[in-house]
Amino acid sequence: MKKELIELRINGRSHELAIEPSALLLDVLRQDLQLTGSKRGCDDSSCGACTVLVDGVAMMSCTLLAGSCEGLEITTVEGVSEHGGLAALQKAYGDWGGAQCGYCTPGFIMTVKALLAENPEPSDGEVRAALSSNLCRCTGYSQMYEAIRAAIAAERQGVAVAE
Amino acid sequence: MTNDFSIIGKPTAMIDAAEKTTGAGKYTDDLSVPGMLVGKILHSPYPHARITRIDTSRAEKCEGVVAVVVGKDAPNPYGILPVGHDEYALALDKVRYVGDNVACVVAVSESIAELALELIDVEYEVLPAYFDPEESMKAQTDLIHDSKPRNLEKDYHHVFGDPDAGFAEADAVAEARFIANEVTHAAMEPHSTLASFEIDPHTGKPGRLTVWSSTQVPYYLQHKLSLVLEMPMSQIRVIKPLVGGGFGGKSEVIPLEIIAAVAARKAQAPVKITYTREEVFWAHRGRPRTIIDLKTGVKNDGRITGVKARVVQDGGAYCSYGVVTILYSGALLGALYDIPNIQYDGYRVLTNKPACGAMRGHGTVNVRFAFESQLDELAAKIGMDPAEIRQRNLLQPPCVTVNGLRVQSYGLPECIEKTVERSGWKQRRGKLPRGRGLGIACSHYVSGAANSIIRSDMPHSTVNIKIDRDGGVVVYTGASEIGQGSDTMTAQIAAEVLGCSLGRVRVIAADTDLTPIDIGSYSSRVTFMAGNATLRAAAEVKKLIAAAAAKRMGCAAEYLIFRGDRVLRNAKASSGDRLADRSVRPIQDEASVSGRVEGQILRGSLQQKRKDEGPKEQMTFEEAVVAAIDFHGALTGTGSYAPPQEARGGKHKGAGVGPSPAYSYSAQVAEVSVDEETGEVTVHKVWAAHDCGRALNPVSVEGQIIGSVWMGMGQALTEEMIWKDGMLMNPGLLEYRSPSSVESPEIEPIIVESVDPEGPFGAKECSEGSLAATIPAIANAIYDAVGVRLHESPFTPERVLSALRAKNNAKALNLTEGIDPTSPTRFREHGGALCFKGKGPERHALDPSRREAPSAAGGAD
Repeated sequence: MKKELIELRINGRSHELAIEPSALLLDVLRQDLQLTGSKRGCDDSSCGACTVLVDGVAMMSCTLLAGSCEGLEITTVEGVSEHGGLAALQKAYGDWGGAQCGYCTPGFIMTVKALLAENPEPSDGEVRAALSSNLCRCTGYSQMYEAIRAAIAAERQGVAVAE
Repeated sequence: MTNDFSIIGKPTAMIDAAEKTTGAGKYTDDLSVPGMLVGKILHSPYPHARITRIDTSRAEKCEGVVAVVVGKDAPNPYGILPVGHDEYALALDKVRYVGDNVACVVAVSESIAELALELIDVEYEVLPAYFDPEESMKAQTDLIHDSKPRNLEKDYHHVFGDPDAGFAEADAVAEARFIANEVTHAAMEPHSTLASFEIDPHTGKPGRLTVWSSTQVPYYLQHKLSLVLEMPMSQIRVIKPLVGGGFGGKSEVIPLEIIAAVAARKAQAPVKITYTREEVFWAHRGRPRTIIDLKTGVKNDGRITGVKARVVQDGGAYCSYGVVTILYSGALLGALYDIPNIQYDGYRVLTNKPACGAMRGHGTVNVRFAFESQLDELAAKIGMDPAEIRQRNLLQPPCVTVNGLRVQSYGLPECIEKTVERSGWKQRRGKLPRGRGLGIACSHYVSGAANSIIRSDMPHSTVNIKIDRDGGVVVYTGASEIGQGSDTMTAQIAAEVLGCSLGRVRVIAADTDLTPIDIGSYSSRVTFMAGNATLRAAAEVKKLIAAAAAKRMGCAAEYLIFRGDRVLRNAKASSGDRLADRSVRPIQDEASVSGRVEGQILRGSLQQKRKDEGPKEQMTFEEAVVAAIDFHGALTGTGSYAPPQEARGGKHKGAGVGPSPAYSYSAQVAEVSVDEETGEVTVHKVWAAHDCGRALNPVSVEGQIIGSVWMGMGQALTEEMIWKDGMLMNPGLLEYRSPSSVESPEIEPIIVESVDPEGPFGAKECSEGSLAATIPAIANAIYDAVGVRLHESPFTPERVLSALRAKNNAKALNLTEGIDPTSPTRFREHGGALCFKGKGPERHALDPSRREAPSAAGGAD
């Protein structure tokens, strides 16, 4: 298939890319840009490991055409760290055991980031409902809830982990 | 032993946590090397067929295709067990399940490779296939493997004590058939392998092979690659990058790992193969569907008098870990409680489905479900509290069980006590509203197998430690981090022994060129075995530092304390009291460690300087390390672990599986509610107490307990591989129904520390033992809630509802009667298949498609 030139804006930087019109955003991120933080766990949007933010909305990049994202602001897990250090959420995921094998973690981080941007103090039920778009086989989710609560508390107290 | 630790026992973030939360960490599929090609595998569409012809010429001519690999490119058989070398990289003459590997296309891109797969012409002669283990065992012709008559991979018949006398003595006996359907690991990371040959500078031909793979067992992979490729192991380097979960699914050599290497050799370029999710389901190696005919007898005082079990496992088309699985089922059935008389008949049967292998709780889970359910039933029969009947049958350790397993630390009594207390068992059980109930069950697991699967006397784990001049500690271990915290555990133990901060320790793991042999991450062996090896390596290197520091500090080495990045003199050092830091052994002979000539000259001047300064009161860790390097030269230590002879089990046939240096224990109470209208079961909370010996990292231990309970709940309620004529009906994460966050209950982990005499700081396993108790705890809670015993897992709404209707003598429910002519009359019988029985196109007599299609029911147009 003949390639087309597109411009994608990812983590605040613009990239000019020649891609096949059928190329999926996940493949472009992982193969063309070497942004391998977003993972492929399935092929049909059932696991959420590939979740990225598209204009702030959590989307699964494994079933999103890269060409359809032109002009939109894409944030991947590589764009979450703040000032060269871990964001509060990332630190809390490590401290509270929210990540074990870590394969689903980038997707969860993006999902939670989108949730907290919209709803900075979600109830337990709201957290559970938001997390249900992603699958994890290691943690049983419990320690993720603790991590998210800890991250919210850290943000509220203004404890910048990246100080 | 004192509880006064500075590193272990404290909640610690995993040392690779930042790599995982930022996405910077590399898993195999994240890697690429220059000139890398992509491999795609052609799979068999038939469950059992002979390959009469393969023509790859059309595919080879395709632009962008570099090579097409077939069976004869690598005809050596392999298998994880030495007794089970029955697999080939690609099928030689026969395919044995839908999804078996036939050919591999290597191309410049995935899309071209996929296109080329369709251009490979394969002619098959379809053979009768076997999907049900009990049918398969009757086979006379068209065997799955010619060397296995009656399609029987292996059978074992064990008798310990006198079971018949035991049953004669019993006051109450229960007998039933239990079925646990097939489940799979579904680790989030699909398997991936990248293989690359280097050109040998002397011969100018392809020489050394490097393989990056998502594996739990780099050493076994290196070994099997050497068998298939006919290369010495020293010419093969296996590197394990980050692994996205294993649960046993990566604990043996998966076909793509061999295929990638064979393909790289033929294509003369690096090749990466990554499975799609569907291929992961076909690769499988999960927990087999198990049919358990179980009989248990108890006396009125609750004591178990005898157990008789006949276990049939639907093993799939290859041996895999099968022989070990069927032995674990028997060996651990009788070792949780004190059971005087046991008869075990185990049959591992071949069928035309993907091979089953090891999965979390290997071999023990399904029989534990049956046993704990039946024990609950017997408690009801004799009018005893289900928690109490378990307490009546405890072992009295230290002891050896009737089947020869040595038990030392035994935290089960405390586990039962704590779950009963925390769940309010005594106050709440039987007093909950209708449809809500509590159930209890126990389980256990090995902390590593005492006998390695490759029979040899080599240590199971070896660890090397090197300390640099600035006090940086590098630990080299072959243990495989797969998300369970193996690297963090290693770093913690090294730091604790050396009294340095965790930040000084760097772990280099699972790279066969750099790290000493470790047989891998399976059977929950890493903390116990690699942990002990780390402990010994660190103690050895500490001895060298202590000898040098003692000279500087003017006291004997045994009076030194290593703690908080400092070396201090014990308070008792001057009084001459022989109380010393126990992990520092006295140095044997100072002369034997004296260095070379230059060292002595250098040391002479330093000694003069030191004399002027006088003995030091204390030293920093760096100073002590510098002193030791100046004194001894390189500062390295090595330690290894092999299980003691006493822990290696009895002498009977099959006695090698089951023995372990230590066992973990778990007791759980589940609270569930059952909707009697829909049959839906909701788990509200699980209290899970787990005896892990000592919690080296409590966050990780709790994470492992919660994860095990959660995975057990998945098997109990929703997860099941559904088959139809050898075709997997649900090869996707949504269809497989792994529970999401909204379906997951609160799980309260309770850590019990029994401090094992041989574990590193007393630690045992914590990652698998808890899984098995969850399924029967939920089953028993369902009984408490609505009074029905479920004998088949998972406890889906259909099964719960039909059990409820049977109890109420109501007509059996047919949810789909008349609406869909192809709908099943019975749900998921034989081999998990929906309703089709039989071989190839021949249909079962009750198969709806053989009957006349009934007229459509009202409502359907």
